[in-house]
Amino acid sequence: MTEYSMQELLEWNEKIEEIARAEGLDYYEQEFEICSYEDMIGYETYVGMPSHYPHWSYGKNYERTKTLHKYNLTGLPYEMVINSDPCIAYLMKDNTLLLQILTIAHVYGHNDFFKNNRLFKLGTRAKDTVEMFKNHANRIREYIQDPGIGYAKVEKILNAAHAIKYQISRNIGVKVLSQEEKRREMLQRYRRPKSEYPLLEPRPKDEEVPPDFKKIPVEPEEDMLLFIMKYSKLSEWERDILSIVREETLYFLPQIETKIMNEGWASFWHYNILNKLNLEQGLHLEFLKRHNQVIRPLLGQLNPYYIGFKIFEDLRKRHEDNPQIIFEVREIERDQSFIRRYLTRELCEEMNLFEYTKIGSSYIITEVSDEEGWESIRDTIANSVGLSGIPVIKVSEWVQKDNTLILEHEYDGREIELSYAYETLKHIVDLWDGKVMLITNIDNKRKLIICDEEKRVALMDA
Amino acid sequence: MAIFREYVNSGRDRAAEDRRRHKELVEESIKKNIGNIIAEESIIGQSKDKKIKIPIKGIKEYQFVYGKNGPSAGSGDGSEKRGEKIGGEKAGKKGQGSGQAGNQEGEEIYETEITIEELINYLFDDMNLPDIDKKKIAELESIRSYKNLGYQRKGIPPRLAKKRSVIEKIKRKQGYLRNNRSLIDSEEEREEDDIVQNIEDDSKKRFPFSEDDLRYRRVREDRKKDFNAVVICIMDVSGSMDQTKKYLARSFYFLLYQFIKLKYANVDVVFIAHTTTAKEVNENEFFHRGESGGTYISSGYEKALEIIEQRYNPNSWNIYAFHCSDGDNWSEDNKRAVELGQKLCDICNLFGYGEIVPGYYSSGSTIKNEFQKSIKRKNFSIITMTSKDDVLPGLKKLLEKEGE
Repeated sequence: MTEYSMQELLEWNEKIEEIARAEGLDYYEQEFEICSYEDMIGYETYVGMPSHYPHWSYGKNYERTKTLHKYNLTGLPYEMVINSDPCIAYLMKDNTLLLQILTIAHVYGHNDFFKNNRLFKLGTRAKDTVEMFKNHANRIREYIQDPGIGYAKVEKILNAAHAIKYQISRNIGVKVLSQEEKRREMLQRYRRPKSEYPLLEPRPKDEEVPPDFKKIPVEPEEDMLLFIMKYSKLSEWERDILSIVREETLYFLPQIETKIMNEGWASFWHYNILNKLNLEQGLHLEFLKRHNQVIRPLLGQLNPYYIGFKIFEDLRKRHEDNPQIIFEVREIERDQSFIRRYLTRELCEEMNLFEYTKIGSSYIITEVSDEEGWESIRDTIANSVGLSGIPVIKVSEWVQKDNTLILEHEYDGREIELSYAYETLKHIVDLWDGKVMLITNIDNKRKLIICDEEKRVALMDA
Repeated sequence: MAIFREYVNSGRDRAAEDRRRHKELVEESIKKNIGNIIAEESIIGQSKDKKIKIPIKGIKEYQFVYGKNGPSAGSGDGSEKRGEKIGGEKAGKKGQGSGQAGNQEGEEIYETEITIEELINYLFDDMNLPDIDKKKIAELESIRSYKNLGYQRKGIPPRLAKKRSVIEKIKRKQGYLRNNRSLIDSEEEREEDDIVQNIEDDSKKRFPFSEDDLRYRRVREDRKKDFNAVVICIMDVSGSMDQTKKYLARSFYFLLYQFIKLKYANVDVVFIAHTTTAKEVNENEFFHRGESGGTYISSGYEKALEIIEQRYNPNSWNIYAFHCSDGDNWSEDNKRAVELGQKLCDICNLFGYGEIVPGYYSSGSTIKNEFQKSIKRKNFSIITMTSKDDVLPGLKKLLEKEGE
């Protein structure tokens, strides 16, 4: 920090907090840590956590982050906020004063979002965040150092666990039912009369088949990691690694599901707060330049900062009588519903959104934002954000006589990438220690991918 | 009120270990893909320090992801029309900004610069190849070196040691002066001044070199013992050998050459192309010029034997001959081919026959069967290559033969 002192930052922060509170932001206690460029890349690599378990994928992440920044491909100032209580954020010491002010204001937006959005409230325990990651790191390191286990074995399990880490329950904060509870629930559904006056209903043609209660799982299971933890032959430490990876995914799920909202919200607030700070002209010009960099549209892509910012701005403008509406939206929505409800035709047009599809080897524009096109574009975006961009694959059956695991892809018109599926199945075989099959659709035909114990993969008609 | 604190750097590079492991995995992936990489390079004339750029596929983190059959969205500049084609620039990086969590990587290709030597080292590193059996008597032709063993009084002008000669002259001069002075001491000292004067005059006078001053360097010509090797590449270039087959042959020769080069100081390469007749050609012609016509394998062997006789005496050269063909020999030639093949076995360290059959219909050609039946030599080896993946194992098989 050359051109400004810590004292100055404190003063700016005080002004920012004053405005933030007056505007109604409600946030956790905030801590800023001022660090160097290298430390920043280190934090970014390990998802912001002061401690995290080791895995080569973070080494790869580091190289990529470094390259991106080296060639300035992101164009974004560094910013890193952790969903924890107190909320921790990192400021890079080489940043200009204006960038620090902008980042501080931006951070309060995120902080408020972490504290108030429904998904975060239900799905994460901000108080325990830092402790949880530290605990995970310690456990994994213990396994690595255990002479009976060692680095190679731990890495193999981590590789496999990472491969299916997003195959977990998408309903955040819902209680996990045991198989027994599920069975009871199914039985109730089966027994419950279909209408209040069953005798007046037409008699069903076939006698309804009662559900198969012996089947495991009793109904298709979305939480693949949990299922494998429960029913596979893995040893205790291997199960523990799966649970670590699963817990970490659960922690990040709200962030994955609210990327556009979260960034939009933070950008909306840094913009409004800085406008109220009465910055002197030089700082103000830099502010406008930086702000426009952050929320600029990226040609052919979707910039979450841009879309989120535009929607919140639009909401506030359209509801002058009810300034509270944006607070309600940030509390109850996730990206998918946020886009579906609040991405209007006008916004689509203003942002020149368009839709394209790969046909043959080229990309063809299929819709543009006009009367007929905008709804399709809106739905496409809603269906590709967060976990909606990841195929739903459920465990449908465990065939116990030859220990085969049958998975089924819930086909919604989008095909899975086969080359990736093959490799992912091999990872699952590592965990399951038996044959794994996946049912999916390719070219509108049902297909079966089989990966046997030797990791030989075959694709056939189902 | 928020807390501000300065980060205390513990000096620890926390990502170091994970980066090291990632790098290790990348290297492993290079090793796996090496068969594809090396075939691109020209075989000889490349210095080992030449850097080549090779693409490495990033170490992927596989997960279930969607393919590209669904629609995607992006923001444009308002000029977009339905049905318009867009370039990779607009559409290429799908998903990057859309907040997709696990699948934004797509095809990641790193490019890394690596020298040919490093590449070869990677390659032979864990192949565990046997040490090859060099011919002990073979003595070198390589650069002669001279060792300085001091000085001598007689010698030829080019070896005149100038500095040493000047030193000798100064020694003699000092001796002469001292001698004069001692003469004076023994005589009366009256004329001292006069004599001193004389001596001073003397020292100003020229004091020429005499024959006795000259010294010459004594040198010993060091015949460094070394081993020479020649790789004789024989290839069938008849009509049936298409580019794919030649590509395989080329990868193979390249590896063989690189391996032999690791073991010997001097490696010559001879290229012999044959159809029904054979001739020695240069590298470029060898790989790129196709000819039509039938095949007499024996013609290639004959040429090889001829060249060995003229230029590479088996007593001083380690000879590695290798023949690539698709096995389409004219049957009347088979007998002679076997005969000459045996002869080659007699004089070569190693003689190999590689049959290249792209696709999987390798029932084996007649000539291959003939070779198998009739040439039972320790230093003869037959390998079959159907695709790039067979090149390395083939080479390994061939070289292991030598270690037996």
